[in-house]
Amino acid sequence: MALLSKKDAKLITDPLADNNPITIQVLGICSALAITAELNASLVMAVSVIFVLGVGNVVISLMRNIIPSKIRIIVQLIVVAALVIIVDLVLKAFAYELSKTLSVFIGLIITNCIIMGRFEAFALANGPWRAFLDGVGNALGYGIILIIVGFFRELLGSGTLFGIPVLGDPIAKTGLYAFGYENNGFMIMPPMALIVVGLIIWVQRSKNEALIEEN
Amino acid sequence: MGLKQNLHKLKEKYKGTKIAPAFGAFHTFLYTPNDTAKAGTHIKAADDLKRTMNIVIIALIPCLIFAMFNAGYQQYLALGEIQAVSGGFFSSEFWTMDNLIVGLWKILPLVFVSYGVGLGVEFIFATIKDHEVEEGYLVTGMLVPLIVPIDIPIWMLTVAVIFGVVIGKEVFGGTGMNVLNPALTIRAFLFFAYPTWMSGDKVWVHGAVARTNEIAAGSTADAMSGETILGSLAQGNNVIESADSIWNAFYGFIPGSVGETSTLLILLGGLFLIFTKIGSWRIMLSSVLGALVMGLIFNGVADAGIISEGSNFYGLMNTTFWHHLLIGGFAFGVVYMATDPVTGSQTNKGKWIYGFLIGFLSIMIRVFNPAYPEGVMLAILLMNVFAPTIDHYVVKANVKRRLKRLKTIKA
Repeated sequence: MALLSKKDAKLITDPLADNNPITIQVLGICSALAITAELNASLVMAVSVIFVLGVGNVVISLMRNIIPSKIRIIVQLIVVAALVIIVDLVLKAFAYELSKTLSVFIGLIITNCIIMGRFEAFALANGPWRAFLDGVGNALGYGIILIIVGFFRELLGSGTLFGIPVLGDPIAKTGLYAFGYENNGFMIMPPMALIVVGLIIWVQRSKNEALIEEN
Repeated sequence: MGLKQNLHKLKEKYKGTKIAPAFGAFHTFLYTPNDTAKAGTHIKAADDLKRTMNIVIIALIPCLIFAMFNAGYQQYLALGEIQAVSGGFFSSEFWTMDNLIVGLWKILPLVFVSYGVGLGVEFIFATIKDHEVEEGYLVTGMLVPLIVPIDIPIWMLTVAVIFGVVIGKEVFGGTGMNVLNPALTIRAFLFFAYPTWMSGDKVWVHGAVARTNEIAAGSTADAMSGETILGSLAQGNNVIESADSIWNAFYGFIPGSVGETSTLLILLGGLFLIFTKIGSWRIMLSSVLGALVMGLIFNGVADAGIISEGSNFYGLMNTTFWHHLLIGGFAFGVVYMATDPVTGSQTNKGKWIYGFLIGFLSIMIRVFNPAYPEGVMLAILLMNVFAPTIDHYVVKANVKRRLKRLKTIKA
């Protein structure tokens, strides 16, 4: 007996590729551009969003029958805000340096369109277990892109991964730097994140026939 | 049997296969295509895309040749091995074999890499997408080596050319569809990715960076300066006041990006482009006007004492307004890159607005942002983005005007 039914498993696997919130739905781009210069930050952001969206989806799903539809957006905002504050305080307590790097962007998870999108589109109409799977799935899809982008930006932009030098020392000129290699400063800047996301979309669309649009 | 027949045979042989466009491209590049219309009522015009591109390349060749002599001249001058020119444009100190050899050695690799890599990417894309190879890269490939610093590492140029051709052009649909000028996209990429190789006071003269490294490693040799006029002015050193230095800047005996120093040759190239109706005189003229207006405004601000002499901007603000036309890459950008028919404005009125803003913004960026010493690159890229918008409103205004006229006639 499988852990998840086929239908439930699709909730997790779909957003990872064929219905990815960033590359297909083009949501949550703002934070994907802002914080992916380092892999550490990308990872923390991904985990934070997984927590907020997973728990938030369950909470909204549990309350879905008692929320008056006229004020549902406000209720959703309060739920996200509460969860985001928890994440923010945890980060400040246990990873202060990282929380400084991420600065306002943890707070801005509140405005991440993926979260409101999943609340509106899924949690309000489904039970808590399915809502949880959907939330985690979408957040994972978001996180995976963040990590891919962060990997390339940190590797090419700073020559490090998770802050550990992997290409050699740029000042002492060891490793690749001995051959005249230099870090690409453009990679650190947000415009390059947009281009990297664009390239991922390009690769994904040319691999997956179903996504190719008719002209 | 000549090359043409051979190429044609190869093309027929591989027809329908993946590499067919490659042969087709060589064929049309070297000879008139076989499949031209022979009968019927057609307007016969010689200026196809290939001819247009070739004329721009011809206009660039004097700049390239001058650049080769200048490369050696600047190096030997910085080393103190030769005297500065004293006899005008045809000074014997400048046009020497020694100077040319340095230039050939340093600049030909840039040209080969630019063409090799750029055309390679074009061929790959044509093969994958199964369309004919377009001539679009011919001019870009010549522009690129002329707008980079002479000591730029070859691998950086390779990366930048791949980036510029793929992101700047192919993703938009190839030649004729690009929003941004590909040559400037390549330069902007280099500029933001490897700023230490694209700005500062060392990279503009061959050998200066290497010498700096030697000194850092303990050598006692004299440091070489590669400071451009623009850089010195930005630091408040007034280096272009004497008539001699102005003429030198006009002739091009100054450090700078490879091929943009000689305002005289650029001017001749510009006149050639205007004469052959390839480049738009409206864009060139209005850009110059825009630059002069902005220069005058800054001169006025400096003269009125609004800005203190200690300010970061004072040096360039106080530069006599028309000197801005002679220094930096302004002239080169305006003549060869702002006039790009694909990325510039298409309407005549639009060209005036587009050009004027390029000139205006170039000088503004140049003065207000010492970190971006060459404003013309950013100004042209910015206006490339706005060109379609300008055209849209010009066309709309025209429609409105004509509707109004129609109404008055009817009434």
